Amino acid sequence: MNREKVIYAFFIVLALTLNFGFFVGELHNPYHHNIYELFAALVVSLITTVLKFGDRTHIGALMMATSLVADLQLVTASLIWGYATHIGGGVDQMVVASIVSFSGGALMANIVSVILLVVETVMVRR
Amino acid sequence: MNNIIYLMLRRLRAPLITLIVVYALSVLGLVLIPGVDDQGQPWRMSFFHAFYFVSFMGSTIGFGEVPYAFTDAQRLWTLICIYATVITWLYAIGSLLALIQDPAFGRLMRRRAFAGEVSRITEPFYLVCGYGVTGSRVVKRLANREIRSVVVDIDQETVDGLEIDGLRVRVPRLCADASLPDVLHDAGLRHPCCIGVLALTNQDPANLAVAIASKLLVPARMVISRSERDVTTANLESFGTDLVVDPFRAYAQYLVLTTHSPYMHLVYDWLLNPRHRHMATVHKRREGRWIICGFGRFGRALFSEFRDDGVELTIVDEDPSQVREDVLSVRGVGTEAGTLREAAIETAVGIVAGTDNDADNLSILMTARELNPRLITVVRQNLSANAPVFESARADFIMEPGRIISNRIMAQMKTPLLPIFIEHMQAEYDDVWAHVLLNRMSRVVGDRELDSWSVCICEEQSPALLMLREPKRLTLRTLAKDPRNRERQLPCIVLMHRRGEAIDMLPGELLELQAGDEILFCGLGEAQREMEWTLKNFNVLQYVLTGEEHSHTILSRLLGHGRQV
Repeated sequence: MNREKVIYAFFIVLALTLNFGFFVGELHNPYHHNIYELFAALVVSLITTVLKFGDRTHIGALMMATSLVADLQLVTASLIWGYATHIGGGVDQMVVASIVSFSGGALMANIVSVILLVVETVMVRR
Repeated sequence: MNNIIYLMLRRLRAPLITLIVVYALSVLGLVLIPGVDDQGQPWRMSFFHAFYFVSFMGSTIGFGEVPYAFTDAQRLWTLICIYATVITWLYAIGSLLALIQDPAFGRLMRRRAFAGEVSRITEPFYLVCGYGVTGSRVVKRLANREIRSVVVDIDQETVDGLEIDGLRVRVPRLCADASLPDVLHDAGLRHPCCIGVLALTNQDPANLAVAIASKLLVPARMVISRSERDVTTANLESFGTDLVVDPFRAYAQYLVLTTHSPYMHLVYDWLLNPRHRHMATVHKRREGRWIICGFGRFGRALFSEFRDDGVELTIVDEDPSQVREDVLSVRGVGTEAGTLREAAIETAVGIVAGTDNDADNLSILMTARELNPRLITVVRQNLSANAPVFESARADFIMEPGRIISNRIMAQMKTPLLPIFIEHMQAEYDDVWAHVLLNRMSRVVGDRELDSWSVCICEEQSPALLMLREPKRLTLRTLAKDPRNRERQLPCIVLMHRRGEAIDMLPGELLELQAGDEILFCGLGEAQREMEWTLKNFNVLQYVLTGEEHSHTILSRLLGHGRQV
């Protein structure tokens, strides 16, 4: 058993599920999307990226790339949310829709990460 | 470069994750804990404010409580957060600093800096593997000629020693195992400017690895290797190593030469050694029986060379059972008078103190000289730190293999014609011939260093000579004329002339030169610099040939015409 890989699997799946939890629901309905879940998804996604730091294998570098994509989208989503609540005119349906669609993009990146993880696991015949 | 980034990222994983977790928990706590605003209404911090507060709290502590004064519950949580974030920051920065101070990281950085420096070299350089006695002497003499070198040695202390040697040119250096291909690659084995590889470590396998790697990559490039065993020597020669030097055998040959032809030995010594022996050292009787004390590697090499030369020998060793039956041998170290008397020191002509202990060698020398003051004494110096003691011992020969082989290597690098000259001299000429040559050399240079150089009649080295329209007028004497005053000769001697395979030793001055000829000169170093003028400047050559100074500008041609008309 490779402990490093198991820890990574835990975090990437956690990031995927949190992201999914935030994403499901009506796209523009603020009541269907919990801000704490977005926060948790962002934190876990950052940890996943750091976990892949310094991995010299090709597939490891790919995983870091995909999780960086997820980070970017989630950070953008949070920025939009922060701007809307404190500087812009409050969280209306349009803002929620864009936040959620960004998290949808992050969700796709997370799914790719998980697929890569599955591929890597299948390749190792132990 | 990549290695360093990967190492850094890998080491920073744990601190970074800790930082993220602590930040996340702090922000979450601040968001969850209820507070009141300035009107006393219940209020909750948003993620935006919480992240803002935690960001400046972690690094500065003391921006005030924003946007409203905190409740006691918020203050309690902030208190916890302050300690948590400060400790995490210290941990993260501490890990980064520890990484920078890590010896492994330092090695990596040095390796990178070294590889970068080597790859930026734009002039020809030699790659020297092994910076021992030989290596350091060669690098120093190259530096004095403003030729660059790159040094790889396995011992950090030796590499540090290079730093304080104060060489005239900058020498990139690396502490690493030269037998590893990636080390050699970083040291410039594939570099287009690398003109020669010198494998001078004291490990035969390492030298072999270096030589073979170089010959595989660039077969035409010069490779010089040191070798201590005959097996390695044969192996190195089998794939075309340009020069293989065995320190013990080289010294033994050097010493044997002095017994049968002392003048030839001096010619050899003068040509190769920058500080040559005085002519007066020849006047000692050398034909006769020699005593060798110590039958180790050196003793054995000396024994076989002397034997091939037909010299009578007596061996003194603590364990005479290794010596062959038919040779006279005495048990003992040789430091006591008794042992030496038993070896009949009174009738011997020379003694070699060749044990691997410097104190023993000096003791043998002193005792032997007391018993027979007319002896030729050869003493082996094992540690270079003992040099002052050995100098004051006033032995006829101090055997320092490193010195001998560094001289041979320098000769090979200066001009490949020199070893050919020496080979021919030993094979075809006698001591009388050498004596005459030595007298000529002595008249030219006196006590100063005898330098040697070769000249090739080709576009690259002597463009002026090829510009001549009637090359048949060009003789050796022309080259040796002083370009400042053609009535005088430069302080140099023509040693050899080579045209294709034909070799002419000490050719006459009237020999006519052709394109493609190679000529070996010896003399003072300044003569070489003067000669460059004749070789490379057509006007100077004209003056040397005819005594008239032309400058070939349009103006002078017009003026010249005007005068004629």
